[in-house]
Amino acid sequence: MADSVIIVRGVHKAFGKVKALGGVDLEVEGGTILGLLGPNGAGKTTLVRTLTTLLTPDQGTATVAGFDVVKQASDLRRVIGLAGQYAAVDEHLTGRENIELVGRLYHLPKAEVRARATELLARFDLTEAGDRTLKTYSGGMRRRLDLAASLVADPDVIFLDEPTTGLDPRSRLALWDIIAGLRREGKTILLTTQYLEEADQLADRIAVVDQGVIIAEGTANELKAKVGGDVVEIEMRDPAGARRAHAALAGRGATLDADTMRVWLPATQGSRTVAHAINTLDEAGIHDAEVSLRRPTLDDVFLALTGKATESGGADEDAATGVKA
Amino acid sequence: MGYAITDTMLMSWRNLLHYVRVPQLIAFAVVQPIMFMVLFVYVFGGAISGSSAGYLAYLTPGIIVQTVIFGSMNSGISIAEDLQKGIMDRFRALPISRGVVLAARTTSDLLRHLIAVLIMAGVGYIMGYRFEGGLLDLAGAFGLIILVGLAFSWVAATIGLLVRDTQTAEIAGFTWIFPVVFASSIFVPVETMPAWLQVFASHSPISLAANAARGFSLGNADWAAAFQATAWMLGITLVFAMLAVWRFRRLE
Repeated sequence: MADSVIIVRGVHKAFGKVKALGGVDLEVEGGTILGLLGPNGAGKTTLVRTLTTLLTPDQGTATVAGFDVVKQASDLRRVIGLAGQYAAVDEHLTGRENIELVGRLYHLPKAEVRARATELLARFDLTEAGDRTLKTYSGGMRRRLDLAASLVADPDVIFLDEPTTGLDPRSRLALWDIIAGLRREGKTILLTTQYLEEADQLADRIAVVDQGVIIAEGTANELKAKVGGDVVEIEMRDPAGARRAHAALAGRGATLDADTMRVWLPATQGSRTVAHAINTLDEAGIHDAEVSLRRPTLDDVFLALTGKATESGGADEDAATGVKA
Repeated sequence: MGYAITDTMLMSWRNLLHYVRVPQLIAFAVVQPIMFMVLFVYVFGGAISGSSAGYLAYLTPGIIVQTVIFGSMNSGISIAEDLQKGIMDRFRALPISRGVVLAARTTSDLLRHLIAVLIMAGVGYIMGYRFEGGLLDLAGAFGLIILVGLAFSWVAATIGLLVRDTQTAEIAGFTWIFPVVFASSIFVPVETMPAWLQVFASHSPISLAANAARGFSLGNADWAAAFQATAWMLGITLVFAMLAVWRFRRLE
């Protein structure tokens, strides 16, 4: 990829004995959104902090917009915007003051900063709240303001570290709209998330991170294809039942997720796999299973790649057929 | 780099807005020293100097030095707060000089010290304290006290960057500064202390600063003490400014 805006090569980072990143390679093409998907503690934030010069990698190199994160840190800071999970805004300032402070610190002319602040407040639906201090802001408003402040200097590359974590569904949708809008403007965006749905919705490409390494990368469809088409899901009433069902179906490549009491196998033969599964379970004396055939979700991808489920657990929306066995 | 000064001013403006929006921050900063002053003068004054009035002339310049030193410790707490709340990440990701956030903190806290000093002087005046020196003495006293505030703010900033947590910053700031301030000539003459403590107290830069401030206040300037105290404060500022900026660069 000649036009990669973010290039990461063999980046390692440890905090004492805890290895946060164990050799990350990654490229993000200009004008696209890369979704960095993984559970808590996978190393997503560490990677974002490395790329935004807040952390120095122990090993490896990374460049953003052609600037090395270590050697050209101050040039790099000029062209990036960073918004995070913990809205980095000042409680005692008004919304406008927050944006203007950041804009002035980017050394933009005062008049331009004023105009930008007005424009951003309007765009993020904060015009009315703009002259109030943040004490009166909700979590979603703070997150929007944080994002607005990071956009004041019109950066080409934007890092969003779990931008919607902890937000209510309405605020999440509002932020999704904003992020999709930035993509249309041609910004390059690296977005971390623990929500598969979020990566699926927003990202052009998805990199799955687990324990400090990228274990898979591709479009949402490519990742889903790795699971091999549709999925048969067997839902049990208790973990013991799930283990029994798993044992019965082990020969068919079943995966067990004891936490959600589900067993799951690739539907290589479509509905016939469902029939086989029901028969097999029946022969094993398991009669209380709920069996369904559905399109694969990114949850399945994660489960297939790591052998464990993500925080959000399995999704049922795509269920195509549901059969009681 | 050319922006370092305007950036520091902008960031100081942000810090000062906190004091405008939360005036309690200033109120709390002066309540305790006023209490100290009133209690020391009326409770201990007679025992120490024979009379409250006599002690007032001794104590007032010293307690202003103490107010500024204790107030400085808040620089560390504020920095730890910025770190804790994540806004430091925003500042660190900005294309600004690495010293800006810290320099802004220490300079905006200087302004707060100034307010505290004026209030303390006013309380002293009501209690009967009078500055007996001339204009030069006043300027000397003032300059020295500002330097003391600056020096200890940088010490506190370094502590704040090391501990990164407001509560720890408060404990780490006050546990050592409390005995160091009391083991000085701020409250009582060093000669009344046991010999081993005198060795420490008479060499303490805080004693030098208190003695110099007292000299100016009595219209009997002790220039030797003033110069030594100034040298100490500039030295502390330089060393801790370097340490703090070094720590700031290594924040992760």
